[in-house]
Amino acid sequence: MKKVYTNPKHCVNCHLCKVYCVAAHSSSKDVLKAYKEEGLKDTARIIVEETKPISCAVQCRHCDEPKCVASCISGAMRKDPTTGIVYCDTSRCVGCLTCVVACSHGAVQPGPDGKALKCDLCRNLSEPACVANCPNGAIAFLEKEEK
Amino acid sequence: MKHQALPPEFSVIRNEDKCIQCQACVRQCGFDVHQYDAVKDKVCANEEKCVNCQRCVMICPTNALAITTNPNQYRTNSHWNAVHLQNISRQAATGGVILTGMGNDKPMPSYFDRILINASQVSNPSIDPLREPMELRTYLGAKPDQLKVSSENGEIKLAEPLSPQVRIETPILFSAISYGAISFEVCETLARAATNLGTLYNTGEGGLHRDLYQYKENTIVQVASGRYGVNHEYLNAGRIVEIKIGQGAKPGIGGHLPGEKITKSISETRMIPEGTDAISPAPHHDIYSIEDLRQLIYNLKEATRYQKPVSVKISAVHNIAAIASGVARAGADIIAIDGFRGGTGAAPMAIRDHVGIPIELALAVVDQRLRDEKIRNRVSLIAAGGFRSSADVIKAIALGADAVYVATAPLIAIGCRLCQKCYTGKCSWGICTQDPYKTKRVNPDLAAERVHNLIHGWSHEIKEMMGGMGINSIESLRGNRSHLQGVGMSEKELKMLGIKHAGEAI
Repeated sequence: MKKVYTNPKHCVNCHLCKVYCVAAHSSSKDVLKAYKEEGLKDTARIIVEETKPISCAVQCRHCDEPKCVASCISGAMRKDPTTGIVYCDTSRCVGCLTCVVACSHGAVQPGPDGKALKCDLCRNLSEPACVANCPNGAIAFLEKEEK
Repeated sequence: MKHQALPPEFSVIRNEDKCIQCQACVRQCGFDVHQYDAVKDKVCANEEKCVNCQRCVMICPTNALAITTNPNQYRTNSHWNAVHLQNISRQAATGGVILTGMGNDKPMPSYFDRILINASQVSNPSIDPLREPMELRTYLGAKPDQLKVSSENGEIKLAEPLSPQVRIETPILFSAISYGAISFEVCETLARAATNLGTLYNTGEGGLHRDLYQYKENTIVQVASGRYGVNHEYLNAGRIVEIKIGQGAKPGIGGHLPGEKITKSISETRMIPEGTDAISPAPHHDIYSIEDLRQLIYNLKEATRYQKPVSVKISAVHNIAAIASGVARAGADIIAIDGFRGGTGAAPMAIRDHVGIPIELALAVVDQRLRDEKIRNRVSLIAAGGFRSSADVIKAIALGADAVYVATAPLIAIGCRLCQKCYTGKCSWGICTQDPYKTKRVNPDLAAERVHNLIHGWSHEIKEMMGGMGINSIESLRGNRSHLQGVGMSEKELKMLGIKHAGEAI
């Protein structure tokens, strides 16, 4: 399946991927409104790891056998059988955060509302927002053989 | 003393209604202007450090930032402007030389802006470049006084071999910028763009990085007074070998790349120890006459087995016509003339702003002198120094240039905002710095495409203007000054440029 890959050679540590991730998951789909009116600060589903001078934006690997899905006690965490996208149905999430502990990549985070927060590859968009808005072409959406 | 401190040059205006505290500006500013106050959850600015490079403005996802000139300036008047007062204050504090980057930014007359281009009307119809062939291909190198041919069995052959010629698909080349002055990523960007465009880029005086040898078919290798990175393989890697005598931004002086910029990779490329200052002397220590120059030209020709044209780059100074004539007679195949608007990574401001002459005049007088002396064919002329558009290029070619060198324009395409702080090594755009945190900001994949687009667009515009003149080959435009007319110029200026006043019959 197509996944998001970041090239640390080109990641400039601007964190704009996080900003546009927040906007893409807001109801207004607008950066300013998402932050100022919807109060969605700190709800980015992408994490920028940095040890200067290197930085790299990372997110869920959408595993073939996701531990977060296996560990979910309420059936909120799912893997879409057709697209392969692992996502959290927040209406079912009870906030036990077992998925956060289970994920071996640290890709699931507890959100400010206490529920699981993770990348869903912007499944309603043609291309994830982080990829579309990276100012330096560092983030790509690719079909790639994973080891 | 507080009253002697400098007022900040710029004000950082942050629209708090729009700022989302994402801190992109904090992470991107090369000059540590923006800082995040976690207690107040606010981003604030230390305006004293701002150089108005606009990186924060570009990166801000909500357009919350604007940089303006600080209204709280020195008390200036029409004789003592802010730059004078600021420089005096800085020098009073440090006793040093005021450095700057980029080309001369003073309001000296721009002759390009006073020259207008001709177009055909009824009797000599214009040509549509989208329908008919239009030739921008240019050959750089010495041309023979006359072509001798022999005929054998009905086959016509050249009786004597031609001097080496280098073919370029558009008469626009990238001027010398060394690895060390700019990052490896920018060198790679220019090399790749030149390769895609079928033109040449210039290594500058800092040698050629191992990873860039793959672009050698589109490389001009430079030999400057410091002789950094010069070896047999290097000389033979380029299509043209260029001897740098002068630079338009700083005629008469050398260069100094501070030791902190000499990283491991640059030290290997320049063949000097890591961390040592790279000082290029003002003169070549083996050139004190035209005869000495001739010796170096022929040394380089010998070293490259007479396979490569040798170019000599000189800055446009007062006696440029005679100097160029001497250089042509010394055996150069190409003369590159760098005008006073030419850029630099670092130069004393006093020199950048006051030494040298405009490229338009230098080019016109050199072309005329070489024609008068009947040696114009012996050299190709490359004009350099502040070319901003395709119109500047076409005017230079009609004034007598074979091709032009551009560097500031492609750097702007890559991101440069002309803040003129190249000499600090802090460039927020990752162009004029060796800081690995910032050099990543130029992604050669994206940047090479932008540079390619720019030169492609210029080339197309040149074809359109040539078509308008009824000319279908750049060869027919070279030195064809009847296609130029001047406005707002004195008799003397028109005479120097060899053009008529607008409205005069041709």
